[in-house]
Amino acid sequence: MTRKLQSITNKLSPIFAIALLIVIWAAACGFEAVPSYMLPSPADVARAFINDFPTMMAHSATTLSEAAAGLGIGIVLAFITASLMDRFSLLYNAIYPLLVISQTIPTVAIAPILLLWMGFGMAPKITLVVLTTFFPITVGMLDGFRSADPDAISLLRSMGANNLKIFRYIKLPSSLSHFFAGLKISASYAIVGAVIAEWLGGFEGLGVYMTRVRKAYQFDKMFAVIILIIMISLLLMLIVTLVRKAIMPWERKGDKKQ
Amino acid sequence: MTTSANEPILTAEHITKSFGDAVIIEDISIHLKKNEIVSLIGQSGTGKTTLFNVLSGLLTPETGRVLLHSEDITGKPGHISYMLQKDLLLPYRTIVDNVSLPLVIRGKKKKEAREKASALFDRFGLAGCEKKYPSQLSGGMRQRAALLRTYLSSQGIALLDEPFSALDTLTKSAMHQWYLHIMQEIDLSTLFITHDIDEAILLSDRIYVMGGKPGKITKELMIDVPKPRPDDFTLSDEFLTYKRSLVHML
Repeated sequence: MTRKLQSITNKLSPIFAIALLIVIWAAACGFEAVPSYMLPSPADVARAFINDFPTMMAHSATTLSEAAAGLGIGIVLAFITASLMDRFSLLYNAIYPLLVISQTIPTVAIAPILLLWMGFGMAPKITLVVLTTFFPITVGMLDGFRSADPDAISLLRSMGANNLKIFRYIKLPSSLSHFFAGLKISASYAIVGAVIAEWLGGFEGLGVYMTRVRKAYQFDKMFAVIILIIMISLLLMLIVTLVRKAIMPWERKGDKKQ
Repeated sequence: MTTSANEPILTAEHITKSFGDAVIIEDISIHLKKNEIVSLIGQSGTGKTTLFNVLSGLLTPETGRVLLHSEDITGKPGHISYMLQKDLLLPYRTIVDNVSLPLVIRGKKKKEAREKASALFDRFGLAGCEKKYPSQLSGGMRQRAALLRTYLSSQGIALLDEPFSALDTLTKSAMHQWYLHIMQEIDLSTLFITHDIDEAILLSDRIYVMGGKPGKITKELMIDVPKPRPDDFTLSDEFLTYKRSLVHML
């Protein structure tokens, strides 16, 4: 009983924290501690969110397709790179430092260059998403391949398995949990990456819309877009978690001993 | 393939293996006959596991050869299966998929391999566990599943490297009884590594004592008690006599 109660408290506490923040925010606006043209009240933001919803949805479609395309290409590239790096240690030694360095380059700094090279269409956005999502997945899969139990590999070898079979039956499944951990991070990076690339130029997308309302000083709409982006990111992370549960059923069944 | 009862089915002749300058095992010759349980007993560091890796083909010895029936399988994995203290069941495969993995690796269709494995679940005391994951099973059940996998991947020969040493005393004793029982039902010859003298006497038909550095076979002891052995065998004078002479040898 106490445990059940505690579990409810644990689930409710973040909701209370968010509610409290909104109350403070509303109070700060209500008592005009901050001028309303600088910080719109939660009610203003909610109104903007509802009124702008159809427009924002149209822009989301563009942003989501860029993020999805970029993430898809990122996953495929990461899988190929990680597999090759795991197979050939020369490649691992040569590429690993490059991977780390590539991640220290700020996204905001390369986005304008990509735009100059590729124009105002979807190409530079997708490329930026690929660049930001590729690294966490590659590193996750590499760690996963290396986490495979060497005794299990020896066992399969004793059964007469070749490298390809060892990869398929041991290394690949061992890397799944690492892959999904990387994918969860990458899914939220993908949206942010696409939005950042859109800031710098384009015809539609949440980033483009954001720039537009910012230039018009419509802060309530700005906040509405931010909230939508948060919601989309959370939704994507949720989808990754659901896919993970569907693909890795042994993780759930693990606790139930007979 | 038919083999007469007295002809060895697995023979290791004059095996020597070193790592760098260190000679680990030297001039080891052992054999295993059909349906025999032979133990290899000795202190840790005498190269028992190295010998097993040579027999299973994972390591190639400098000198000597390993014969399966009369075929030379030195340094060729895929013929002789082994089982370790760790059950090495893959957490992401159900028990039936774990157990049938050696068949799948040898190129059998998944469905066919599953059917062949499922047919043996009852006999191995694993009925109803087919669709479970390893983490849902107790230690003893996991070792049973590991033994079934070893049996399916073997061609009648299994190498067991301290398979029961991670189990608690009661489970271990139950596993010994079960093991002796199952060995009479299935066609399997085993070479058993252990450092537990009681276990070796209880299970074996023959015991090799290993010792020294580099490791050599120092003694060979027959346990001349017909199977099935009486329930109170471990309490008998005969058992104690064997134990005394083994303690002496070690």
